[in-house]
Amino acid sequence: MTSTRSATLFAFALLAPALIYILTIVAYPLFDTIVLSFTNASLRQEYDFVGWANYQRIFGAGNFTEVIIRTFIWTFFSVSMKMLIGMCGAVLLNAAIPGQTLFRILTMPPWIVPMAIGIFMWGWMYNGQFGMISGLLQNFGLTNGPIAFLAYGNTAFWATIVTDVWIGVPMVTIYFLAAMQSIPKDLYEAAWTDGAGRFYRFRRITVPLMVPAIITMSLLSLIATFNSFDIIWILTQGGPSGSTTTMIIDTYKTAMGSRKYGEGAARAVVISIFVTIFCITYFRAVRRLQQGEAK
Amino acid sequence: MTDVARSTEIAAVDSPASVKPKARTRSAKAMIDRYKWYEVAALYAGLAVFLFFVLAPFIEGFLVSLKPLAQLFSRPYSFIPKTWSFDAYVSMWTSVPALGLHIFNSFFISAVVTLIVVVIVVPAAYAFARFNFAGAGLMLGGFLAVNMFSGAVLLIPLFRLMRTLGLLNSYWAMIVPGAAFLIPSSIWLLRTYMLRIPRELDEAAWVDGASRLYTLRRVILPLAMPGIVVVAIMTFIGAYAQQFIFALTFNSKTEFMPLPIGLFAFFGKQEVIWNELMAASFVGILPVMIVIVFLQRYLVAGLTAGAVKQ
Repeated sequence: MTSTRSATLFAFALLAPALIYILTIVAYPLFDTIVLSFTNASLRQEYDFVGWANYQRIFGAGNFTEVIIRTFIWTFFSVSMKMLIGMCGAVLLNAAIPGQTLFRILTMPPWIVPMAIGIFMWGWMYNGQFGMISGLLQNFGLTNGPIAFLAYGNTAFWATIVTDVWIGVPMVTIYFLAAMQSIPKDLYEAAWTDGAGRFYRFRRITVPLMVPAIITMSLLSLIATFNSFDIIWILTQGGPSGSTTTMIIDTYKTAMGSRKYGEGAARAVVISIFVTIFCITYFRAVRRLQQGEAK
Repeated sequence: MTDVARSTEIAAVDSPASVKPKARTRSAKAMIDRYKWYEVAALYAGLAVFLFFVLAPFIEGFLVSLKPLAQLFSRPYSFIPKTWSFDAYVSMWTSVPALGLHIFNSFFISAVVTLIVVVIVVPAAYAFARFNFAGAGLMLGGFLAVNMFSGAVLLIPLFRLMRTLGLLNSYWAMIVPGAAFLIPSSIWLLRTYMLRIPRELDEAAWVDGASRLYTLRRVILPLAMPGIVVVAIMTFIGAYAQQFIFALTFNSKTEFMPLPIGLFAFFGKQEVIWNELMAASFVGILPVMIVIVFLQRYLVAGLTAGAVKQ
C-alpha cells in the first residue's frame, strides 16, 4: 500500500500546503537574505549588486567582532544558568512531597504568558529609584544607594541575562522533569535495596541517564538564546552604549532602524551561518544519542 | 462491569498470593520516597527559592497594580502596598483606550494562527507518519531546521515579502509569519503521535475498500484527536506568548495591535504609569492563566512528546 506511485502522489498532496507555506515564508526569505547581503538595498525599490562590500564593511569596522564575542558570552551564561536552575527545579519538583502538582503548575507562567509582558514586569523590578530589587537591597542595607540596573553597561548585561534565564527556566525544568520520570523506577529500587543513598543514586543513576536530555536541551536552548530578541529590545534596546547589543539586536538596528537592508542582510547571513553550525551539531548529537540508545 | 468479572476481581484481591507481592512493592516504594524531616525542610526551602524566582515578577507586578501611583514613586521601598487601591484597574481603560481591542486582537491572532497550523499540519503529519516516499527524512529534517531560524534573522526579506503581498499593517502581517514558525514543531509532534496509531487500522480500511482520504478522515482523525488537541494547545500558547517582533515591525495600526505591542507603546512613553501598565497586563493575561491551570497536563504531554523521543 505504501510503496505505489499513487501513494507517493497522495503523500505529496498531503504535504503540499505545508511545503508551499514554509518555502514561501521561510525558505525564500532565507535565500533573499543571502541575495540582499550582496546589494545596497534600502527603502528604495531598486538596488545594485555591490559584491562583498557589505561584508568588508561590517568586518572592517571593529565593533562587529565585538558584537559576536558579546553574543557568545551572553548566550553562554544564559544557557548554563538555564540548565543549572532547570536541573535544580526538576529535582525539587520530582520529590514526592505534598503540593507537587501545584508546584508544577506554578512553574509554568513565565513560559505561557506573552514574553513581552513578563519583560515589562522585569523592567519595573530593575528600576533604580523605585524598583523591587534595588529597593529590597537598600531595605536590607546591602547597598548604600539605588542601583539603576539598566543604566550601566555591566549591570544591564547581567540583568538581560537573568530575564532571559527566567523565561527559559520553566521549559527546561519541565523537560528535565519528564526525562527524570521516564527513568525506570526499578533501577532506583534495586540501588536502594543495595543500600545506595539518595545522593549516590542521583549521581550514579539520574545524571548518567539524563545525559541525552541535557545535551538535547542545551543545544535547543543555545539556538533559542542565540536568537533572543524581545528581552533585550524591551529592556535596553541594546544599550546603554551598546553593552547589550547582541547580533540579533545589531541586525535589527541596522535593518529596521537605519533601513540599511543590504548591510543588515549581511549581518543576518553571519547569524544564519552560526545557527546552521549549531543546527548541524544538534542533528548529529540527536542521531548519535539515538544510535547509543539502540545499542 | 458484569457481576462475574467483579466477583473474580474480588476473589483475586482476596487471595493471599496476589496480595503479598503488591504490599511489598508498595512498601518498598514508600520507603524509597520517605524523607527525613530535615530533607523535607530542605526540599520546601529549595522550592520556595525556586518558585520565588519564577513568580517574583508576577507577585511584584500584581502588588504594583494595587499601589496608588504616589506610593509607587515614594521611598523607602515597600514590597506590600501601604494602602490598597483598585484605581489602576479602572483608570487603565481611559489611559489605554484600545485595551479591550488589544486583548481581543491577541486572542484573535492566536486563534487564527492555530486554525491555520492545524489545517496544514494534520495532513502533513499523516504523510510523514504513514508513507515512505523518497526524501521524507530529509524533508522532515528540513522542517526541523526551520525551527532553528528565528523570525528576527529573516525580518528584512519578510518585510519586503509582506510589502509585496500587501499584507503590511493588517492582521495577516502577524498571522502569516507567526504560523510559519509554528508549523514545523507541530508536524513533529503530531507525527510522533500518529506513529503510535496501529498501521493495521489503515490497512483494514484499505481492504474494506475505503479511499485514502476517507481513511484519513474517518479512521485516523478520530484516533489522532487527543494528539491534535495537544498540538492546537501548544500552537495557541506559542502564538500567544511570542507576539512581539512581527507585530512590532509589520504593523503600525493601533486597531490591529496585540496586547504586548499595545502595552509596549505605552511602555515607551516618557512617564510610564506603572500601576496601570501592570493592571492592564494582568487583565490581559488572566484568561490564559485560568485556562492553563486546567490544561497543564496537555502542556506537559505536548512538550515531552515533541522533544524527548523523536
